[in-house]
Amino acid sequence: MKKFLLYTFLIFTAFLTLLPFIWMLSASLMNDGHASVYPPRFLPDATTFIQYKRLFTRLNLSRNFFNSLFLSITVTIVSLLFNSLAGFAFAKYKFAGRDKLFNILLSTMIIPAQVTMLPLFLMLKSFGLINTYFAIIIPGMANVFGIFLIRQYVMSIPDSLIEAARIEGASEFQIYRKIILPLATPILVTLAIFSFLGTWNDFLWPLISLTDNSMYTLPVALANLMGEHTQDPELMMAGSVITILPVLIIFLALQKYYIKGIMMGSVKG
Amino acid sequence: MKLKNSTTSAAYIFLTPALSAIFIFFFIPVLAAFIMSFTDFDIYSLSDFGRARFIGFDNYLQLFNDPLFWKALANTFYYVLIAGPLSIFVSLSAALLLNDKLLKFKSIFRLTYFMPVVTTLVAVAIVWRFIYHPKFGILNYLLGFFGIGNIDWLGDPHYALPAIILMSVWKNFGYNMIIFIAGLQNIPEYLYEAATLDGANKWQQFKNITLPMLAPTTLFITIITMIGFFQVFAEPYIMTQGGPLDSTLSIVLYMYREGFRWWNMGYSAAIAFVLFLIILIATIIQFKIQKKSAML
Repeated sequence: MKKFLLYTFLIFTAFLTLLPFIWMLSASLMNDGHASVYPPRFLPDATTFIQYKRLFTRLNLSRNFFNSLFLSITVTIVSLLFNSLAGFAFAKYKFAGRDKLFNILLSTMIIPAQVTMLPLFLMLKSFGLINTYFAIIIPGMANVFGIFLIRQYVMSIPDSLIEAARIEGASEFQIYRKIILPLATPILVTLAIFSFLGTWNDFLWPLISLTDNSMYTLPVALANLMGEHTQDPELMMAGSVITILPVLIIFLALQKYYIKGIMMGSVKG
Repeated sequence: MKLKNSTTSAAYIFLTPALSAIFIFFFIPVLAAFIMSFTDFDIYSLSDFGRARFIGFDNYLQLFNDPLFWKALANTFYYVLIAGPLSIFVSLSAALLLNDKLLKFKSIFRLTYFMPVVTTLVAVAIVWRFIYHPKFGILNYLLGFFGIGNIDWLGDPHYALPAIILMSVWKNFGYNMIIFIAGLQNIPEYLYEAATLDGANKWQQFKNITLPMLAPTTLFITIITMIGFFQVFAEPYIMTQGGPLDSTLSIVLYMYREGFRWWNMGYSAAIAFVLFLIILIATIIQFKIQKKSAML
């Protein structure tokens, strides 16, 4: 009986959690006006892809989709490279002031990103980089959290492996390439997901630094579209589906790495 | 010795890309923002930075006398102080329920509850905006079965912020739930076994074992949740534009408006620094409380 109550409660909560997504998907398949009726319909009475067609033809959302995809992939690759090099250096090399430097970096994590945005905007503006892909890529090139996670992971790789490679004449970069990167793959995958989802979902900075419809990422394009289509839930739901679906697929495919990463990040905070 | 030198220089080379990026595009902007907050940097300075003048603490004094800023501050605190504990409570409850050893389909439940976390905030805010629709929204429809009348969730100053809080809790509780589950799994089983032998009931076990053992996790969660919620922006931007009657105006939304809509960038920088200061103080307080309760 107790078990039954527990399962009922868990299933009910799961249903409530999914309800907004279910309604979003359902409304996105409705014809104009069908989601603006009382009582609300939970299923389309005639399934149509007209909203999606409209988004990809007349409203040119494919361009924004490409922007999001391209930027998320680029930021992920660049930041993985930069963060893994630095994380490796912090984990496996001794140099003057290492721990002090690392602690300073960690303590800056408390500074909210919004503080940097005004000068960053002016800086990129004077370089002529506002409203270009660089405006998103440059601030995303490296971050303390990524360096921290990689450092923690690389520290668990035995020094003997590195020493052995050195004796065999491997260069320091070869050690990074041939030993550290392969062994650190799990944490790199975790970080790649964080970085991809973070860039894909980001809103405030793209809203500030991208000023043209053709440069917008999906969230900015969607927010902009909302301004003109407050009365078109069907269209807006289709846009939301397109925005959410890629991150949901990536998450479901790689959830183990993602969830492990959250747990790791919380161990030492 | 020779080897040591070459490895040290390798370390510096490996550090250079990331550290210079962080230095140039994070440290310098933080410093610049601090300086900017003491200037009257505005739309005219945008084309010629030299036009900005130092005005001392004027921006901060003006903030102090700005009713809209106080409104934004009060809203943000309301949001943090309600949504924060609420989402932590829901997260912990979910984690405790899912921590049951005999529970089946655990990973499916966990996955489902976690799903809102990874989804794009802007997109789900738009979805919820329609869910909250006073006439056609499904929330009012469902509440109708319980005899609750039509509520204009986002159009009524009394309900707009609670509505945003409800959505935030839905969006975020899965994240903390995962961290709580990890914390729960780290509590050694023998503690519970010993307590059971001593005749402690479930509630006593929860109070005397689970909660104290979870304290570091709870501190971590409280801090990251608080920091995140202090920065609330997209929810009011998408769902209410800060309205009605500024009832959902948040600090970051106000900073964005002043800085990037009206180009009062000096003033906006001051807002950003007040936000930073608040987050800093709140974090220190959390640590202090934690230390005190650890000593008791």
